[in-house]
Amino acid sequence: MDNAAAVAKKKEPLVRITRRESMKTYKSVGIRLIAVLLSLIVSAFLIYSITKVNPLKVYVSMWNGAFGTARRSWVTIRDVMMLLCIAVGLAPAFKMKFWNIGAEGQILVGGIATAACMIYLKSLPPWLLFICMLASSLLAGAIWGLLPAVFKAKWNTNETLFTLMMNYVAIQLTSFFVAKWENPYGSNTVGVINQTGREGWFPSIFGQEYMLNVILVMVLTVGMFVYLKYSKQGYEIAVIGDSQNTARYAGISVRKVVIRTMLISGAICGLSGFLAVSGASHTISTSTAGGKGFTAIIVAWLAKFNTFTMIAISLLIVFLEKGAIEIASQYNLNDYVSSMITGIILFFILGSEFFINYKLIFRSREGGAR
Amino acid sequence: MEKKTAAVSLRHITKAFGTKVVANKDVTMDIESGEILALLGENGSGKTTLMNMLSGIYHPDSGQIYVRGEEVHISSPKDAYDLGIGMIHQHFKLVDVFTATENIALGMDKQKAKSNRAIAAAIREICDRYGFDVDPDQKVYNMSVSQKQTLEIVKTLYRGASILILDEPTAVLTPQETDKLFAVLRNMKADGKSIIIITHKLNEVLAISDRVSILRKGEYIDTVLTKDATVQSLTDAMVGGKVSLDIDRPEVKDKQLRLSVNHLTCLNKYGVKALDDVSFDAYGGEILGVAGISGSGQNFLLESIAGLQDTEKGSSIIYYDSETNKPEELVGLGVPEIKEKGIALSFVPEDRLGMGLVGTMGMTDNMMLKSYENGFIFADRKSPRELAYRVKDELEVVTPGISTPVRRLSGGNVQKVLVGREIASDPTVLMAAYAVRGLDINTSYTIYRLLNEQKAKGVAVIYVGEDLDVLLELCDRIAVLCAGRLNGIVDARTATKEEVGVLMTHLREEGNSDG
Repeated sequence: MDNAAAVAKKKEPLVRITRRESMKTYKSVGIRLIAVLLSLIVSAFLIYSITKVNPLKVYVSMWNGAFGTARRSWVTIRDVMMLLCIAVGLAPAFKMKFWNIGAEGQILVGGIATAACMIYLKSLPPWLLFICMLASSLLAGAIWGLLPAVFKAKWNTNETLFTLMMNYVAIQLTSFFVAKWENPYGSNTVGVINQTGREGWFPSIFGQEYMLNVILVMVLTVGMFVYLKYSKQGYEIAVIGDSQNTARYAGISVRKVVIRTMLISGAICGLSGFLAVSGASHTISTSTAGGKGFTAIIVAWLAKFNTFTMIAISLLIVFLEKGAIEIASQYNLNDYVSSMITGIILFFILGSEFFINYKLIFRSREGGAR
Repeated sequence: MEKKTAAVSLRHITKAFGTKVVANKDVTMDIESGEILALLGENGSGKTTLMNMLSGIYHPDSGQIYVRGEEVHISSPKDAYDLGIGMIHQHFKLVDVFTATENIALGMDKQKAKSNRAIAAAIREICDRYGFDVDPDQKVYNMSVSQKQTLEIVKTLYRGASILILDEPTAVLTPQETDKLFAVLRNMKADGKSIIIITHKLNEVLAISDRVSILRKGEYIDTVLTKDATVQSLTDAMVGGKVSLDIDRPEVKDKQLRLSVNHLTCLNKYGVKALDDVSFDAYGGEILGVAGISGSGQNFLLESIAGLQDTEKGSSIIYYDSETNKPEELVGLGVPEIKEKGIALSFVPEDRLGMGLVGTMGMTDNMMLKSYENGFIFADRKSPRELAYRVKDELEVVTPGISTPVRRLSGGNVQKVLVGREIASDPTVLMAAYAVRGLDINTSYTIYRLLNEQKAKGVAVIYVGEDLDVLLELCDRIAVLCAGRLNGIVDARTATKEEVGVLMTHLREEGNSDG
């Protein structure tokens, strides 16, 4: 056999991949930090090769972009809270292995509901208006989450496609309301709602414009952590996420839990639409969600559904975005350069997971003979 | 050369997974041409890992493999095929919608590709030579398990294998099919092929092999000539100490009717009857065995009783409470209702991690599966934690801690967690499906002991098993399922293996199914 001879001549493969048992926490955190560091070095080469600017200066301006002034810091915090809120909303769905990629749509309908309250109910007392906005945004998001869940539970439709398509429905719906609420006429935008009376805007707390955002999201973050970890319903979610058969065996109604969990997930995503409209931009457009519903999926997964870890990951991602925008404007770089840097950093962080779960074994010098 | 070169020689093979698990440690052994070598060892002793290194799935960390005297590095299954090494895995790798011929043509080299007719002719030639029975044009989904296995072997031979590795080939076969397989293996041996058979059924080792190599905890222990070995000597070598091989069968006097199944009929997802008019009674203080070829309706039977399966009209399952003797109809009740009514039913399902337990959770959270509804909003974790410690101590579960995910435990320990939890709820009826599948001898005997303890307490135990020797030794009566029908109930004290084997494969004529 010729082939047999060929195999006989073959050497031991150069690299083999094997699974790791488990890793100490400090080690895995260390690997992730190294990944970030490496990504910064690679980005530095990229920056230098394109712009001939000192990369260190670029990094300093990235920092300034995110935390350079008190105002900038607060905007960064506001955006972190928004992203965190969505990720917290996605956590129960993904923990149940229900692929809710419809956060974009859920945010938008929550935003529409909020904007509608601001426009039509602005004569209400502020506290009542606030409650109306909160309730309607929760409800709108919940409905957007409920639809795919009901179809999944009753007819076993594919929730990935369903939630994705619901996003496009929500975008069209937003376009419709933008046209309806257009202000000033012909601008094709809604403009800032209630600019003079500030009805339905988040009030300042302790003199900070975005303090309410922080409070709301922190309450949700802690609440969701406790819900998933200690409540009966959280237990049911975890069982279904691991094995639907085991859930049936234990007498858990999979349908009921899927619907209930998606109501919660959709509602929290809807609430982040409330944050975006009432607590940040005070307007609504098709870009109100702006891809955050997808970015939040990365946040939720990287944090392995631990809502406290999500804080750190949201912060990192928002910091990168802010910094990238800053260097783009300061060094006259194209927006794409900043996307490249963000991409490189995320690539390294995701890639580091491989080294945490697996290890490589190289062929020893003597040719494998111990 | 005066000394015969071995077909395969393994020298100092070591393979570790991670830092803790050493699957094989310095294993050195030979396989000659024209012999059947049984590779014997308990679960986790590294049999399959060792063979996977021969068939190119894993690569050894250190050590050398020689095939026909030449050192080789097998880094893919294709390399193994080129060397004439073929492995028949426990789970068949066949395409259901293809015919036998198409399955064999699949994955062949372009240069070697032949017309289907030429392949079919070659298949017939191989079948005639060794006594196989394969129809080249039959679709795989129409084949029985034993036919699929035969096809896997033919496929391997067609690709020119002269060294065949069979991983637990008899696990899925009836006694009659096993005999047929062994006849074929003997023909292949006579033709000069080397055959390695991985198994832990000792009587089969004695029946078929020439030599037996024993592994224990990843280490090579010894190779003995089969003619010098006995069941007891092999067991002792395998376990590393004296083991008693008798299964207890205590006699319980006061037998109370606990479960009465009448005209139970279920459909599978294609609308075909998976269970057809099954009727029997189960009594407290006895172990009722359920035998049958896998897929004869065993799972449907247990799931119907457990409230996990819809049943057809006319079905009835009556449960009699152990204290009040109050009858309760189970048909139409789901799991939540069964729990609510306080029906003391325990179920150890076949799929331990996919149905009985949550693999990613620790022991405490798995104990909670039965009791998590207790408590308001927040689940009660205190009593499950106590139960977890109790199960861990009483059944000697080996785990780093009660919060270690159970899927990281070995198969035997996983089963102890599951059985421990089910017994802890003081059942009136205890159902166990394939409770010792894949477990080592010591753990299997622990499980038998636990079942006997329950029986002695007056529990009605229903035990679905596949090893007829065990069923005949452990059970009081055996109900035999065949193609969804109850084909007879025999007294396990007097029945023979052959009797049960016939009932498993040949549906009796209409009428008398309530033996």
